[in-house]
Amino acid sequence: MRYSALQLIKQAFKAHQDWPEQWRSPEPKARYDVIIVGAGGHGLATAYYLASEHGVRNVAVLDKGWLGGGNTGRNTTIIRSNYLWEESAALYDHAVKLWGDLSQALNYNVMYSPRGVMMLAHNVHDVQVAQRHVHANRLAGVDNAWLGPEAAKAFCDPLNISNNIRYPVMGAALQRRGGVARHDAVAWGYARAASALGVDIIENCAVTGIDRDAHGAVSGVQTAKGPIAAAKVGVVAAGHTSVLMDMAGVSMPLESYPLQALVSEPVKPIFPCVVMSNTVHAYISQSDKGELVIGAGTDAYTSYAQTGGLHITQHTLDAICELFPMFRRMRMLRNWGGIVDVTPDRSPILAKTPVSGLYVNCGWGTGGFKATPGSGHVFAHTIARDEPHAINAPFTIERFRTGRLIDEAAAAAVAH
Amino acid sequence: MLLISCPYCGARPELEFSHGGEAHIARPADPSAVSDEAWAGYLYHRSNPRGLHIERWRHTHGCGRFFNCVRDTVSDEILATYRAGEAPPDLTTLVSSSSSPTPPSTAPEAQPAHSPKATP
Repeated sequence: MRYSALQLIKQAFKAHQDWPEQWRSPEPKARYDVIIVGAGGHGLATAYYLASEHGVRNVAVLDKGWLGGGNTGRNTTIIRSNYLWEESAALYDHAVKLWGDLSQALNYNVMYSPRGVMMLAHNVHDVQVAQRHVHANRLAGVDNAWLGPEAAKAFCDPLNISNNIRYPVMGAALQRRGGVARHDAVAWGYARAASALGVDIIENCAVTGIDRDAHGAVSGVQTAKGPIAAAKVGVVAAGHTSVLMDMAGVSMPLESYPLQALVSEPVKPIFPCVVMSNTVHAYISQSDKGELVIGAGTDAYTSYAQTGGLHITQHTLDAICELFPMFRRMRMLRNWGGIVDVTPDRSPILAKTPVSGLYVNCGWGTGGFKATPGSGHVFAHTIARDEPHAINAPFTIERFRTGRLIDEAAAAAVAH
Repeated sequence: MLLISCPYCGARPELEFSHGGEAHIARPADPSAVSDEAWAGYLYHRSNPRGLHIERWRHTHGCGRFFNCVRDTVSDEILATYRAGEAPPDLTTLVSSSSSPTPPSTAPEAQPAHSPKATP
């Protein structure tokens, strides 16, 4: 069923009792052409682009829980592409271009709102680094502009630009195409569109093993619902990538950390854009429901517990209150943790693996949501053609052996 | 927040400590003699287990000394701490003596946690 205003009126006359399920919930078939492990945004987007752009429709997306229940439902929904290195800028900007008309493409309102992402500079070093980023981005064709304090204040009124505060705002880098989207709708939209093209989405079906044939190539997976055969398996499992790749005997340069976020009680519109501060170390935006959405860096130690330490949250809120004292008396509604897989250079891995037929899309660390459409798009290309798209070609596992890193950790466009 | 038992000072809150990553990763004695794969393994590949993890902590705001720790990454429960230079405890007995043992599927049966993995 195509969603439209007319359909909405039609269904209203039936008291909204006649809407069909958004995606099918089939039992797994014995064999698929491609199995995607992990029904988050990246996995579902991969399946959708496999079906829509490469004609590969005999695809299953398996998840141990429910779709969109991992980091897709646990992030702060920030979208931007102002990364320093041109490889990163190309990858993330590919996603931002797809975000632009994603709602139309999927016939599903993902509520992409390019309201601007502003990164504050509080000292001379911040100013120099931010301006270097702005120039690098403009050379790479990515919009990013330097604003003085008054211009920053004009764009984001809650900023205090007086110079007698502890962290004065000496300027800001603004990516106007950056913004937010509705994270759940992204997973649901891709799931519905993929399901309509014949992709089977199988929830509550944990993968317990990866099968290999006599030549070492992938032949299928073992699951909670029995064995399923497939010539190609794509692992898109975020924090659990190491665990899954270990099933195929592939060691990964990853460590999994909890990344916490939290939302406040909902209030009337007060915060017009996304503001990030690396020096004070926090980021904040306001959802369309009115909640302030707040996050910062990962916990200190590796963990698979989706909670994290309270003192980390407190540190985040200290930073927010330092920047925006008017929020000091707001109450926080929910706090949660997601398990993020972090690479040594803080750039993702989107690549073939040493095992024939096994592909991996991981290492997005603390910032994967923004890349969802672009990641799925190039990963589908990698799986369908058995060779990477030009955009994801640098994002190999081998770069950690050759030393050709894409070092966004040192470049630190973001609070890691 | 974790309550971490420093082998020198006793139980202290996590705020006093710094995490030092996976433990028992030895730098190759002759780096120029190892293959690129082995060197990448030493630099970048970690076991990252869902289960028991042997890791270094430093009691930064206490005695300042490094020590090692066995922690369950699913529950974050700390099962043992011991001084740097000592051999790690037997992980199988640690799991069986734990007050809230991790399900068998998360036990470190396939994790060679004491040495860095090389890329296959």
